[in-house]
Amino acid sequence: MSKIRLATVWLAGCSGCHMSFLDLDEWLFDLATFVDVVHSPIADVKEYPDNVDVCLIEGAIANEENLEIALNVRKKTKFVISFGDCAITANVPAMRNMLGKADSVLKRAYLELGEVNPQLPYEPGIVPVLLDRVTPLHEVIDIDMYIPGCPPSAQRIKEAIAPLVQGEKPVMEGREMIKFG
Amino acid sequence: MAVKYIRVNGKMISARAGETILDAAKDANIHIPRLCHLEGVSDVAACRLCLVELETDRGSRLVPACATPVEEGMTVNTHNEKINEYRRMIIELLFAEGNHVCAVCVVNGNCELQDLAIEVGMDHSRFEYRFPVREVDLTHQIFGKDQGRCIFCTRCVRVCDEIEGAHVWDVAGRGHNLQIVSGLKQPWGNVDACTKCGKCVESCPTGSLFFKGSAVSEMQRDSGKLEFLVQARDKHEWTR
Ligand code: SF4
Ligand code: SF4
Repeated sequence: MSKIRLATVWLAGCSGCHMSFLDLDEWLFDLATFVDVVHSPIADVKEYPDNVDVCLIEGAIANEENLEIALNVRKKTKFVISFGDCAITANVPAMRNMLGKADSVLKRAYLELGEVNPQLPYEPGIVPVLLDRVTPLHEVIDIDMYIPGCPPSAQRIKEAIAPLVQGEKPVMEGREMIKFG
Repeated sequence: MAVKYIRVNGKMISARAGETILDAAKDANIHIPRLCHLEGVSDVAACRLCLVELETDRGSRLVPACATPVEEGMTVNTHNEKINEYRRMIIELLFAEGNHVCAVCVVNGNCELQDLAIEVGMDHSRFEYRFPVREVDLTHQIFGKDQGRCIFCTRCVRVCDEIEGAHVWDVAGRGHNLQIVSGLKQPWGNVDACTKCGKCVESCPTGSLFFKGSAVSEMQRDSGKLEFLVQARDKHEWTR
């Protein structure tokens, strides 16, 4: 049996979901017998490859780069998992939405609260442009499965992924599997 | 006292005349989800989570269990595909309507809204999030209010009025301007009528009303306290 091509992607989130994934410790060796990790912030692969079977996406859509990556991942991936509360609800990154559009957020953060040398970041092509509204992942692409949690515990990630790599659908029910926060 | 018999989920149960479907089901250990209902204060049937299906000769219809008195021979279903779907939609709408960021909330892990999300199987909200701008009031000496987490169940309004007798809270505005206000829209800390009893904080199902100084996931509510007070008043049992 050929191995499942697995990817993970990090958008607007704190990387806590990825840390939790790494918390799977020695189970990662078991996982590695079923999957090839073809793209991930913890594997140095620059371009997102074609024909990915499963991708875990952490984080909300907060800037143009996040959006572009999400659309690209969807195009090249069979099964996309919205991974963690930031991806599913936009969570903490979306708390800036209450401040208004991108320009008022930037002014607040970099001018009003900037103590030394207050200035707006502007580096086209290097610093991604903020979107006016941070959104959950499923508002911009179709999602095949949700793993809530901030972060989802290693145990929850395992219970969700282990059946998947065997070709079965996990049961995403109950406090252990779907509690937010 | 007259006894009525009703059929709930195919099972015959007895109920007192005048009792609601919700109370009768509770006595028979049949669980019906609810959010705005609180033991000991009046019912307002606002949250619609306790909707149950009533079978009649002219087809079935949905009624709020907390506001529908039992009638002899009633046939009621508390769960089926349609009701479950409506309940899930209600919870999704509540999440999308306010700012419920569980990860940074004082009651993360001790929240009735969060528990219901689990119960109805919500793994995401299908509705677009509104991210409303809502006020945080930290003017009270010992309590705080983060209106972003409010679901407008009005439990605090009813508890303060009906149990404490202070009537600090009221509902103001309509639609997306709806607000829970203290003392005709004064900062809570300026409202002399507040006795600092904390009953509203105990009654709130979310993290909207909280004890100042609690950090994320730290706040626990004493759910027995209000029940004890009502019991004391109704049955003159003064010790707990
Ligand atoms: S602390 Fe007591 S008196 Fe003050 S608003 Fe809350 S319920 Fe009313
Ligand atoms: S503050 Fe709490 S108790 Fe009062 S209406 Fe809002 S959610 Fe309900």
